[in-house]
Amino acid sequence: MNLTLKVWRQSGPEDKGRFESHEIEDVSEDSSFLEMMDQLNELLLSKGIEPVSFDHDCREGICGMCSLNINGFAHGPEDSTTTCQLHMRKFEDGDVITIEPFRARAFPVVRDLIVDRSSFDKIIQAGGYISARTGSAPDGNALPIPKADSDKAMDAAACIGCGACVASCKNASAMLFTSAKAGHLNLLPQGKAEKDKRVVDMVSAMDNAGFGNCRNYGECSAACPKDISLDFIAKLNRDHAKAKLKKLFS
Amino acid sequence: MITILISNKYFTMSSLFKKYLMALTGIVLIGFVFVHMLGNLQILLGQESINAYAHALQSLPLPILWGSRIFLFACVVLHAFTAILLIKENRAARPVPNEVERTKRAGWSSLRMGLTGSIILAFVVFHLLHFTTRNLYPEYGELETATGSPDGEMIHDVYTMVLVGFRIDWISISYVICMFLLCRHLAHGVSSTFQSLGLRSESWSSKLDLASKAYAWVIFVGFSIVPLSVLADKYGLISFYSHNSLKTADLL
Repeated sequence: MNLTLKVWRQSGPEDKGRFESHEIEDVSEDSSFLEMMDQLNELLLSKGIEPVSFDHDCREGICGMCSLNINGFAHGPEDSTTTCQLHMRKFEDGDVITIEPFRARAFPVVRDLIVDRSSFDKIIQAGGYISARTGSAPDGNALPIPKADSDKAMDAAACIGCGACVASCKNASAMLFTSAKAGHLNLLPQGKAEKDKRVVDMVSAMDNAGFGNCRNYGECSAACPKDISLDFIAKLNRDHAKAKLKKLFS
Repeated sequence: MITILISNKYFTMSSLFKKYLMALTGIVLIGFVFVHMLGNLQILLGQESINAYAHALQSLPLPILWGSRIFLFACVVLHAFTAILLIKENRAARPVPNEVERTKRAGWSSLRMGLTGSIILAFVVFHLLHFTTRNLYPEYGELETATGSPDGEMIHDVYTMVLVGFRIDWISISYVICMFLLCRHLAHGVSSTFQSLGLRSESWSSKLDLASKAYAWVIFVGFSIVPLSVLADKYGLISFYSHNSLKTADLL
């Protein structure tokens, strides 16, 4: 298939950035979106043009490195899919595809389509951990956790931290990420001891990083490659309110 | 000024606190519109009923009457200013906009809360000048009757005022349009309130969304019945309202 790619080019954080159009021919519909990007870069190299920088790593949908806003959708139009798992058969021959970085003030562009997602690391550093030493792996069932709770914690832990929630949110809010990371630990007995401090600190780190405010549109969950539910946002709202009220009356 | 007060360096609100504020003031207003709607619907029971109800409200002890008015006013102001603050911050959170902006799940009503909210606010101001302070039609203040009065004294004739008011086509039509926008605002607002306060879980989230939409439509229908039926009555499509009082009004 032949495609026209409208790609965002930005030489560095200070550059204003612009779109560049490239025609690409003979793309296999069995290739992944990133393989198509590799093909584009080979083409650009052969023409003596600087290749397009983009993030990628495992290419099997579990590392959270790939990003890209494709035709207005974070990770492309397919549901529950990362860019690396998106295949070119989902596009038509002759399509014009607009490729942009995950845009947010908290995700400054490093170069072209690569953004700095270390704001997420700051949120994790604020409370996305358990400070007690956990030692080696415990015996199975030594710590009784109801199946429903462990399943739910696992649903939250499925977050790969890719940032599609922020990119797809009309307000560039990081609530889905923060709520998944806090919710995952808050649901388990190991994480309960630091629950109140965790939610308050993580929300505060999220605010300080310059993300927007959640307005309950649900676009984050719709774009999430791991289908993290809005319930975790509700849970974070609830846990945060409880923590603040407890502090007020203690 | 309030925006400066709530966002200065001595007191910054967390993003979630702003959401709680939106939700809590929202709940008050959600409750208010329902009670207001029930009050309005008493016009369907006749002149005596609505006049007696309005007179009873007006005769509430001053601290209760003005206390509730000030409380409602404060909720509206806080709701609107927090919304402005949220929108301002959210715009700043994405300085370079997307070239292609697409939406997967969010509906028209949720994406247009600022627009519908602003129009509703303008409507509320108009509505107060129209039927409460009556600055727009000072002659409405002279409508008096003993019908519905508890002691036979002359009281304000709300029944006739509403009939006269809604017999003006553009007023009735704009009221119905504004109630439709209120309905859209509530369709997202009610379920959003539960989400923001964390009172939502997987098991009943779909029921909550349905209840939210149902509530929004109940409010729309409940409020629109009065202007629409007055218009239908005016054009002879139905014969429901007592025209006796209108004769008095025509004398104005």
